[in-house]
Amino acid sequence: MNPKLLQIYLELRQRGLTPAQERKIWAELQNSGSHDLADAIGSSGSQAFLPSKVGPYAYNDIFDLQGITAMRSTYHLSLRSIDELLERDKQREKDGFPRKINVGRLIKPRKGGKDKVVIVPTTVEEKFLHDTSFKSDEGESSGGTGDGEEGEVIGEQPVRTPESPGGTGPGQGEGGPHEMESNAYDLGKILTEKFELPNLKDKGKKRSLTRYTYDLTDKHRGFGQLLDKKATLRKIIETNVHLGNLPDVSRIDPTRFLVSPNDKVYRILSPEKDYESQAMVFFLRDYSGSMAGKSTVLVVAQHVLIYSWLLYQYAMQVETRFILHDTEASEVPDFYTYYNSKVAGGTQVSSAYRLVNDIVEKENLIRDYNIYIFHGTDGDDWDTDGKESLPQLKKMLTYANRVGITIAEHALESTQKSEVEKYLKKSGLLEEKPKLLRLDVMQEDADEPRLIEGIKHLISE
Amino acid sequence: MELIDQHTKDIMEGCKVRALDAGLRFEPETLEYIVTNRDLLELTPKLMIPTLYDYWVHDVEVLKEKGRYELYPSNPYETVINTRPAISYYNDNNPDWMNVMIFYHVLAHIDFFQNNLYFRHTWDYDFTGQALSDKRMIAKLRSEKGRWVDYVIEFARSIDNLLGYHAELSRLNHPPLKKTPARMLDYYFDVFLQSIKKVNISEYVKEIERYNESIRTHKQLGEKTFFAEVFRKYPEFDAIFKKSLEEKSKHNLDLIQYLLEHSEFLNKEDNRWMKSVIEVVRKTSLFFQPQIRTKIMNEGWASYWHEKLFLKDDRIKGHEVDFARTHAAVTSMPRVGLNPYALGMRLFYYIEEIADKGKYSIKFRRIQDVAERKRFDEKTAQGQKFVFDLRENLCDFMFVNTFVDQDFVDHYKLFVAGKRLNQDRGVWEYYIKSRKADDYRQMLLDILYHPPHIEIVPEKDENATLHLVHHFEGKPLVKEFIANTMMGIEYLCGRPVQLETSEVVTTSKTRPVSVPLPGVSMPLTEERKEREVKWQRVLYTMKNRKLSKEQL
Repeated sequence: MNPKLLQIYLELRQRGLTPAQERKIWAELQNSGSHDLADAIGSSGSQAFLPSKVGPYAYNDIFDLQGITAMRSTYHLSLRSIDELLERDKQREKDGFPRKINVGRLIKPRKGGKDKVVIVPTTVEEKFLHDTSFKSDEGESSGGTGDGEEGEVIGEQPVRTPESPGGTGPGQGEGGPHEMESNAYDLGKILTEKFELPNLKDKGKKRSLTRYTYDLTDKHRGFGQLLDKKATLRKIIETNVHLGNLPDVSRIDPTRFLVSPNDKVYRILSPEKDYESQAMVFFLRDYSGSMAGKSTVLVVAQHVLIYSWLLYQYAMQVETRFILHDTEASEVPDFYTYYNSKVAGGTQVSSAYRLVNDIVEKENLIRDYNIYIFHGTDGDDWDTDGKESLPQLKKMLTYANRVGITIAEHALESTQKSEVEKYLKKSGLLEEKPKLLRLDVMQEDADEPRLIEGIKHLISE
Repeated sequence: MELIDQHTKDIMEGCKVRALDAGLRFEPETLEYIVTNRDLLELTPKLMIPTLYDYWVHDVEVLKEKGRYELYPSNPYETVINTRPAISYYNDNNPDWMNVMIFYHVLAHIDFFQNNLYFRHTWDYDFTGQALSDKRMIAKLRSEKGRWVDYVIEFARSIDNLLGYHAELSRLNHPPLKKTPARMLDYYFDVFLQSIKKVNISEYVKEIERYNESIRTHKQLGEKTFFAEVFRKYPEFDAIFKKSLEEKSKHNLDLIQYLLEHSEFLNKEDNRWMKSVIEVVRKTSLFFQPQIRTKIMNEGWASYWHEKLFLKDDRIKGHEVDFARTHAAVTSMPRVGLNPYALGMRLFYYIEEIADKGKYSIKFRRIQDVAERKRFDEKTAQGQKFVFDLRENLCDFMFVNTFVDQDFVDHYKLFVAGKRLNQDRGVWEYYIKSRKADDYRQMLLDILYHPPHIEIVPEKDENATLHLVHHFEGKPLVKEFIANTMMGIEYLCGRPVQLETSEVVTTSKTRPVSVPLPGVSMPLTEERKEREVKWQRVLYTMKNRKLSKEQL
C-alpha cells in the first residue's frame, strides 16, 4: 500500500466518512495496480484463462485447417464508400425506414496483444432470432475434456479485464498516428452529419485562421530563384521524346539533347497559408482503481468521439492535451498513453483541475485558443464535498469555452448519486453557467446511442 | 483467383483415386483455386460464392457479436463450396504433404455434400451458375428500380431464416402421395364426421360398417359406391373437402412463400419484379440451410477421412510428424470449448467401433450384465457401412441425440463446462458441471442452430392483419430486432402484421449483480438473488411502420 495514499486516507477519515465512502476508498487503497501501459496480454501477471472458441460454428476450414489468417478488411476498404453509405442512410429516412448505419469500432488484433482500433461504419441485419442471453447470471455452458471431478474449478478468467482498460486504443505501428488522425476526422464528419451533432458557430471568431509565410515551394517554368535539376532533366527528356530525338532509350546521349528555355523548371518564392490552431482540448481521465472495467471503456470511447468531432469542426486544427489523474495528475504525451494506461490508486479530482489551470496559466493559452475541457470519471472522489475541486473548477470556468464532465456510474452505486455529481449539483454551478459547464451522468452499461446522446448534451450550444 | 498448378492438380487426382477406393462417392470433376488475401476479402462477404448477388451490406462491416451464427447460417470461411463442380480454395504456399491432407478433407466434404440427404435440394443444379444469373437479374433491376431493390433484398433477408427448409426436403424425399380417395376417406372419417358433423358414436360406427360392407360387396368399386352415398347424404361434403385441401397447402407455406402468393402488394402489376428478387433471397438461404445443420457431422466426417486416408497414402512418407502436428492442432479436444472437428471425428470413430462389435442391435440392448456387455463382440465388420449410412441420413441433431451416450462421454473424458461468477475474486470460474451423458447431450443440442418456429395463422379475411405466432421454446426473441423485421414484413405484405411471442417479465427482484474490484477482499453486503424467469405472452403489432405491444 502506498504510504502517501494511506496518509490522505487517514486525514480524510479524521474529517469523517460514511461507511460507503470508506469502503470505496478502502477498495482503491487495496488495489495494488500500477499505471503501466497495457500491452501484451498477461503482463498483469494474472493467469488469464481463456477458453477456446465459443461454439462449434466458430470453427472453419480456412482458419483452422489451412491456417490462413489475417483476413480483415482494411480501414480504407471499409471506408471506401462511407459517403455513399451515409447518403443511403439519409435516403432511408426520407423513404420512411429507420437508419441502419452505426459507427462501430473495429478491433484489429495485433501480435503481442496490441489491438489496433479503427473506426468503421457497421450495420446489423435484423431477423427474428432466439435470444440466449436472457439468463444473465450464469454464463453459457460449453463442452470440455480432460480430468477432474464434477464441481472442480478448472480455470478462471477476470471479469473486468484491467489489462486493457482502454479497450479502444488508437493504434500504433506503421502509420499509426496518422491513421488515427484521418480516422478521427472521418468519424467527426460522420458524427456531425449522421447524429446531427451541432456545428460550432463561433468558429474563427477569436482569431484569424491564417497567416502567410513565404517559401520556395511553387514551381515555375522559364525563370525563378532556384533551378530544380531533376524536374528540368525530366522535362528535357520529355521534349526530346516528343521531337523523336531519342532513338534508343537504353543508350541516351545527353550531349545530343535539344533544350528549350521552357524546359527549365525553377522553384519560386511564394506565399503559403499557415494554419494556426484554434482549439485546445484538454482530456482528463480518472484512472484511479475504481475505474476498472466498463466505466473506463465508456469514458475513453466518449472522448474519442468528442475528439473526432472537434477535429472535424476545426478542420483538423485542434490541439489536444491529455491528463490522467488519480490522487495526483500528470500530463501524458499522446492518445495512446492516455488510452492505455492502467487504472490504479485513489481519486482526487482536484489534482487534475489544478494541473489544467496551471498549464493554461503557464503557457498563456487563454490568449490564443478556444479551450475545451472534458473530464471522464466514475464520480468517486475522496474529496467528498468538493472542497478542493470546486474552487479549481470555478477558476477553469473563467476561461474555458466549455467544460464537460462525464460520470460513468457503477451499476452498484446507481441508486445513490456519486460524490462528484452531488457536489456539482450542490454548488449550483450547473445552473449558474449552463453555457460553460455541462454534466452527463450515465450508467456503466450505456450503449453507443446513449454515448452520442451524452456528447450532444456536453457540446451543444 | 487462379487454378492450382498441374503438379498440385496431379496430387489432387491421386487423392481422388484413393478416396474412391476407400468408398467415398463424389462427382469426378472439381475445381481448385489459389486464393490470395485480397480474393478472400471479396469472397467472404459473399459466403465464398464468387457469383453471389451484390448487396450493400456486404461492403459494410457487419456487427458480428450478437447472434452471429444464428443470423448467418452459412459459414463465410468455407474452404469448399457445394457447387457442380465443387470449388475449393487454397493458400498458395501449402507444402505438398499438407495439400494432400487438405485435399482428403475437401473430398470428404464433397462426398458429404453429394450424399447426405439434407443436401438433396442442392443436387440437381449448380449454385454458382444459378447465382450468376440471379446476380445479373438483380443488377439489371437495380439499374431500373434503384434503391428499392435493396430494400426488397433487405426485407426478404430479414425473414430468410424462417424458411420451410424441412418442408422443402420432405417434398423432395417424400414417397409419392397417396391417391385422393384415401385422403378423402381419412378426411371423411377423421375430420368431417367428427369435427364438422359431430355425429354420435353409434352413427359413426354405423358409417364404418357401411364402408366395410360396400368394400366387401363391390370389391374394387367399393369406395366409389360408398362415397356416392355420402355425396347424396351430405351434398356439401365435396366442397368442404376441396377447401380443406387448399387450406392445407396454404398452411404449409413458409412466410416468404406465403407473401409471394398472398401479398396483394407484391402481386400488383408494378411490384411483380420484387417477387423475383425475393425468390433469389429465399433460394440462396435455402441453399445454405443444410450446411449449418450438419456442421459437426460434416467436419467430423472430413477429419475422420483425412486422417484415415492420409496415413495410408504412400506418397507422403516422411511427413508423418508434420501431419501429426497439424492434425492434432485441428482435431484436439479443447479443455473448454466445442471443436466440431474433434467431436465429430471422435463420434464417427466411436460409432464405427461399436457397430463393428454389433452393439447397435436389439440383442446387445437386451443384455443387462455389465461384464457381458463389455465383452460383447460379434465381429460384424459392419462399422464402415454403418458410418456411411449415417453420413447419408443424419443431421447434427440426430447424430448427437442418438449417439452421444455415457460410454462415449466416459471414453473421451468429456464434461459439461459451466461458467460462474466468483464474486470475491472478481473472476469467471470455469468448472466441471457434469459428466453425465444426458447433460452433455443437452448442452450440445442447446448449442445447435435452431431458428425460431414462427407460423402464419390463416386468416379468413385476406385484407386483415397478417398474424404470426412464435411457438415458445424456452427462449425469447432478440427484442431489438423485432421492430425492423416486422416493418419489413409489413412492407412486403402491404398490410399490418402481428406477432405473438413470449417475453421475460422483469420482476423487481432481478437486479444485476455488480462485480467487485479485482483483488479486493472487502466483503459485499448485498445478497445475490436468484434470477427468476417469468414468461408473459405478448402481441406485437406493426401498423404503418409503428410498433405497439400489448400483453395477452
